[in-house]
Amino acid sequence: MAAEATLNNENANSKSWSGGVSPFGISWGKMMMWFFLVSDAFTFSSLIIAYGAFRHRHTQVWPTANDVFTHFPFVHEHLPLAYVGLMTFILIMSSVTMVLAVDAGHRRDNRSVAIWMGLTIIGGFMFVGSQAWEWYNFITGTPKGALITNMGEIYRFPENAPSLHAHSHTAIPDWALIAPDHKVIADKAEVERIKSISKPIKGANLVNNEYGHPLFADFFFFITGFHGFHVFSGVVINLIIFFNVLSGVYSRRGHYEHIEKTGLYWHFVDLVWVFVFTFFYLV
Amino acid sequence: MSDHNNHEMHGYYTGDIHNQFVPEHYDPKNRSVIWRTFWILLVITIGEVAIAFTSIPKEILMVTFITLTVVKAYFIVAFFMHLKHEKLSLAYCILFPFVLIVYLIAMSLTEANYLNLWDVIFK
Repeated sequence: MAAEATLNNENANSKSWSGGVSPFGISWGKMMMWFFLVSDAFTFSSLIIAYGAFRHRHTQVWPTANDVFTHFPFVHEHLPLAYVGLMTFILIMSSVTMVLAVDAGHRRDNRSVAIWMGLTIIGGFMFVGSQAWEWYNFITGTPKGALITNMGEIYRFPENAPSLHAHSHTAIPDWALIAPDHKVIADKAEVERIKSISKPIKGANLVNNEYGHPLFADFFFFITGFHGFHVFSGVVINLIIFFNVLSGVYSRRGHYEHIEKTGLYWHFVDLVWVFVFTFFYLV
Repeated sequence: MSDHNNHEMHGYYTGDIHNQFVPEHYDPKNRSVIWRTFWILLVITIGEVAIAFTSIPKEILMVTFITLTVVKAYFIVAFFMHLKHEKLSLAYCILFPFVLIVYLIAMSLTEANYLNLWDVIFK
């Protein structure tokens, strides 16, 4: 072991980079998880920046999120932000159960690890289910739909623009239309003219969007879809780890580092949602 | 391998072909830090939803929301992902690449605003 003898003679700093120990103080597997997450964060950043760029490009005609995502289960009123707030709470909560599972792993407490992992998986399924419901409402659209002119411009009905009522000083008549740039058209002749060159549309998809600019729907489906896919794969990975915990793989191995690695991934998914929540729903 | 066992640090060997020594710092205070982080994240999120419906000017709201998002991201990365307690060299390796993201934001939004202005002027 001549190499080891030389190694011992060098100072502590070069020793940590000479092999055998981890220079970063973490295992190679955890380090690689971090570097994967950095690259994944770049992917998500690019998507969200692309969304931001097109939103600034079409800022006058961009839909107001508070008029789009207003549903809440068993409630018929418009409740913007309530449901997505609940989704955010579910995801933060499942992040907490995940980090408690990691903590239990440090204590080598197999039973607690299994319980916290199980709760994390339930939270993950709840979130994916909530997102499916959100998609369902967005795709189905409002009962009355909207009008699309032969120029491809979307004119909405006042009942589908609750945020406009809040900021308007005068009452908006029922027969009026909301122009793409959120201005109220309350001139009967103009409303008739627009109706004569329009056909009705309903709901949102990758081509049409009754709430306004179609790019809003495209980015919504792509970014929340990509994020939902991450949550789903996170749940699958968590399930595998969960069954490993139950069969005692990690208690036999003597450490629970796998929980930390999947934990990093799970927190990352939560982190991305924090940004999606801000840029799609809040600002 | 033998002399690494003499470390005063607690830890474990990964047990794979690399059989690498990984130090472990278990602190009984961890769980209170976790719950404190949870409450901070929850209060910020509820606060964001609450101020969204006030009559605060839109520009101020936007700056507030983005600042609070960064604050939330800090708490998730620092305490849930434990980066605050990792070695500084690792934290730098992870955080420095995001300078490029800041540059991409500045570049993309400038371009988008310019194209938008072009539309407004020549429509």
